[in-house]
Amino acid sequence: MGKRIKKVGLFMNTDIKVLIVDDYNTMLRIIRNLLSQIGFKNVDEAIDGTQALEKFKANNYGLIISDWNMEPMSGYEFLKEVRAGSHNNKVPFIMVTAESKTENVIKAKQAGVSNYIVKPFNAETLKGKIESVLQE
Amino acid sequence: MNNYNRDQVMNVISSVMGKINSSQGEPLEHIRSELSGLAKTIDDMHKDILSSRGHDISDKHVPTATDELDAVVGATEEATASIMDSCDAIQAIVENVEKDTRASVFDETTKIFEACSFQDITGQRIAKVIKTLKDIELTVDNLLNLFGPEEGDISKPEAIDNRTEDEKLLNGPQLNGQGVSQDDIDKLLAEFD
Repeated sequence: MGKRIKKVGLFMNTDIKVLIVDDYNTMLRIIRNLLSQIGFKNVDEAIDGTQALEKFKANNYGLIISDWNMEPMSGYEFLKEVRAGSHNNKVPFIMVTAESKTENVIKAKQAGVSNYIVKPFNAETLKGKIESVLQE
Repeated sequence: MNNYNRDQVMNVISSVMGKINSSQGEPLEHIRSELSGLAKTIDDMHKDILSSRGHDISDKHVPTATDELDAVVGATEEATASIMDSCDAIQAIVENVEKDTRASVFDETTKIFEACSFQDITGQRIAKVIKTLKDIELTVDNLLNLFGPEEGDISKPEAIDNRTEDEKLLNGPQLNGQGVSQDDIDKLLAEFD
């Protein structure tokens, strides 16, 4: 745990715009720092699903990383909105959350999540999941 | 406090209903007596609940507890932000140093970032506790409101503080704006010189 994340190989375009969503500033900073180490520098932030949806509709993101438990709109509701819309609805979407029940994972998958990381997580896990979804 | 319980009340109600429905017909006086007993039980329950200072739970104890928990979340968020500021600064400093040294420093600062995610987890756990406390507060309020306004019903005894003088000095950290600052303390101590 804690090894410096090696920058990704040639398969991944790290110039894409990334949207990270979490109601805790600490987590936004952590994810932004880890993304920066991987090579993703073009990162937007949102503090809940509602703000995330506004930014999503106004931009063309190549990756979304979102928490689940937020108000007024949760990450799960945000995911459903993204998949139900016509704009960029196939965007890779990773849920990063403390929600660790099986039913959560199933519901998220049924709603179209690309991958699911449970908190607390380490840098290598985040990198691995990002590589996985961007290569699909 | 009376040793009434739900079962006791239900037994009385069942007994009354049974007699009302009885094909042999109970003398009205018996039914009246049962109903009086039920009314007295409910009245005793009412007095007991009011004398237990139930409103202190919703008016004082729960708000105090939730304020303290909010302060915990705020303080940990501040501290982790400060830690991460330092990590950012360290990473910036070593950006242009020799490659292996840079890699080692980034390994360690990455571990620190990962560890800081505790603040997110503890914040969420505390939010769950706060929600539970608010649910308790609502339940207590609803129960007290069931018995109507308490003004004039009985006089509530003041809560007795049984702590020793030394124990009364143990209040723990104060919320923002409620304690004295270091500057205030230094000035106060200077007055003793």
